[in-house]
Amino acid sequence: MDIFLQQLINGLTLGSIYALVALGYTMVYGILGLINFAHGEVVMIGALSSLTVIRLLADSGLPGPVVVLIGLLAAALVCMALGFTIERVAYRPLRNAPRLAPLITAIGVSIVLQQLAMLTWGRSYHSVPPLLPAATHEVLGATFTEVQVIIVAVAAITMAGLMMLVNRTKLGRAMRATAENPAIAGLMGVDANRIIGLTFVIGSALAALAGVLVSANYGIAHYHMGFILGLKAFTAAVLGGIGNLAGAMVGGILLGVIEALGAGYIGDLTGGVLGSHYQDVFAFFVLIVVLIFRPSGLMGEKLAERA
Amino acid sequence: MAALLDVLNLEVRYGGIAAVKGISFAVEQGEMVCLIGANGAGKTTTLKALARMLPSKGEMRYRGDRLDRLPGHAPISRGLALVPEGRGVFSRLTVAENLAMGAYHRPRHESGEVAADLDRIHELLPRLKERRSQLAGTLSGGEQQMLAIGRALMGRPQLLLLDEPSMGLAPLMVQKVFEVVRAVAAQGVTILLVEQNAKLALEVCSRGYVMESGDITLADKADVLAADPRVRAAYLGE
Ligand SMILES: Nc1ncnc2c1ncn2[C@@H]1O[C@H](COP(=O)(O)OP(=O)(O)OP(=O)(O)O)[C@@H](O)[C@H]1O
Ligand SMILES: [Mg+2]
Repeated sequence: MDIFLQQLINGLTLGSIYALVALGYTMVYGILGLINFAHGEVVMIGALSSLTVIRLLADSGLPGPVVVLIGLLAAALVCMALGFTIERVAYRPLRNAPRLAPLITAIGVSIVLQQLAMLTWGRSYHSVPPLLPAATHEVLGATFTEVQVIIVAVAAITMAGLMMLVNRTKLGRAMRATAENPAIAGLMGVDANRIIGLTFVIGSALAALAGVLVSANYGIAHYHMGFILGLKAFTAAVLGGIGNLAGAMVGGILLGVIEALGAGYIGDLTGGVLGSHYQDVFAFFVLIVVLIFRPSGLMGEKLAERA
Repeated sequence: MAALLDVLNLEVRYGGIAAVKGISFAVEQGEMVCLIGANGAGKTTTLKALARMLPSKGEMRYRGDRLDRLPGHAPISRGLALVPEGRGVFSRLTVAENLAMGAYHRPRHESGEVAADLDRIHELLPRLKERRSQLAGTLSGGEQQMLAIGRALMGRPQLLLLDEPSMGLAPLMVQKVFEVVRAVAAQGVTILLVEQNAKLALEVCSRGYVMESGDITLADKADVLAADPRVRAAYLGE
C-alpha cells in the first residue's frame, strides 16, 4: 500500500510536468495540425538557460526561491523568443506545403537545437543547485518533498491560468476560432499569423516552466534531456486526445501516474527480472495501445477531421 | 461621386484555371444588388476575392481604399463583412462567442456600442438570444444562417456580402432570412447578394448582375432582368 501511495505522489509530480509540455504540443496541433517535434528541445533549452542564470546568482545572497524565479523568467524569455523564431523561420514558410514537409522540418529543428545546446552547455550532465525548499514530509507511510508540492502547485495554477486565457478572454476566443477555421476567423479580422505566433510563444513559456521544474525534480539537466521528455509529453497529448487542452492535462497526469506505478511494481510483477529502470517502457506501451485502440485519445474528437 | 464599391477587371485563378475572368461592376452606397448565375459561375469566388480570402488581379476600390492591397484580415475593419457560403459558424464556440467574434476587430472603447448592437441583433433574431450558450455546431441549418448573419452584423458593416443565405433552408426559413436582410438594408447597410434563388433575389434587390462561367453577361435593373427572356429561361425555370 505504501509503495502505491508513494508512486502515486511521484507520478503526480512527473505527470504535472508532462502535462505542461503536452499542452505545448496540443496547442500547436490544434491550430496548425502540426506535431512540433522540436518542442521537447525547447524544454531542454529552458532547463539549461535557467541553470546558467541560477548558477550566476547562486552566490548573490538572494534567497533560493527568488533565484529560481529569476532563472525561470530568464528561461521563459529565451524560450518564448525561441518558439516565436522557430515558427517564423521554420514552419511559416511551409504553411501550405504538404504535411510531411513541416514534420520533417520539426525533426530537423529538433536536431539543430540539440546540437546548439551541446555546443553551448557541453555534453556533461549538470547538477542543479537545490535552491527550492526540499524538506520531506510523511503521509500514511509515503514521503513527499516540498519541491514536489511546489511542482504540482505551480503546474496546477499555470494550467488553470491557461484555461482561463483560452476559455474566458478575447484572445482565447480568437485562438479557438482560428483553430477551428482560420479563413473565417480572418473574416472577423483575426490575424492568423499573430495568433499562431502567440500560440508558439505561450507553449514555449510553458515549456520553460516545465524545464525548470523537471530539473528541480531530478536535480540534473543535460543537452539531450528534451528528447525523451518531449516524446513522453507527446504521448500524453495523444493519450488525452491531441488538440484538446483538457486532454493534454489529463493525459499528462495519467501518463505520469501509469509510469510511476509501473516502475514501482514491475519488479514484483516480473519476479525481479525487470527493474524500475524500465520506467520509460510504459509511456511507449501506452502510446502503442492508444494508437491501436483509441487513436483519437481519451477526450479527442473524431480524428482526421482536418487531415 | 465614386461608388461605394468599384471593381475593375477582377480576375481570380485556382491554379491554372480562371474562375473569374476580368469582371467589372459597381455597388452604390445604400443599394441592394444581386449577383446571380448557375453553379460554378464564379459568384462565391468573386465574394471571396472581395473579402480578401483569395488572391486576385485587378482593382477593387472600396470607399477610396484599394481592397486588393489590404492584408486578408483587414476588410472587416474597413466595414466590409461577408456571410460565407455554408455559413461558416464556429461550431465549437457557443452562439454568444460566435457573435462576440463578429465584433473582434472593434476596439475596447466601443464596448458599450457593441453591447447595444448585440441587443439589437437579439431583438432582430430572438432565437439567437434563446440559444446563446449553445454550441453553434448544434444549431439547425436555419439557426446557423441567422447566427452567421448576426455575427456579420456585430462587425457593424457598411457593405454586407451575402453568399446564398437561403441555401438548404425550408421556404418559411427563407422568408425569415430575407426579412432580416431587408431589415438590415433598411438600416442603411449596402448589400451585395449572391443567390441561387434568382426569383427572390430579383424581387428584393434593385439591380442585378448575371454571371456565366467567370464573366458578367448581363447587368440591369432587377425588374428588367426578371423580364429578360434569357434570364427567365436560364434562372427562373420558365
Ligand atoms: N478551391 C478551389 N480550387 C479549384 N477550383 C475551384 C475552387 N473553388 C472553386 N473552384 C472552381 O471555380 C469555379 C467557380 O466556383 P464558385 O464557387 O465561385 O462558383 P459559384 O458561382 O459560387 O457556384 P455555386 O452556385 O454552386 O455556389 C468552379 O468551376 C469551381 O469548380
Ligand atoms: Mg457559390
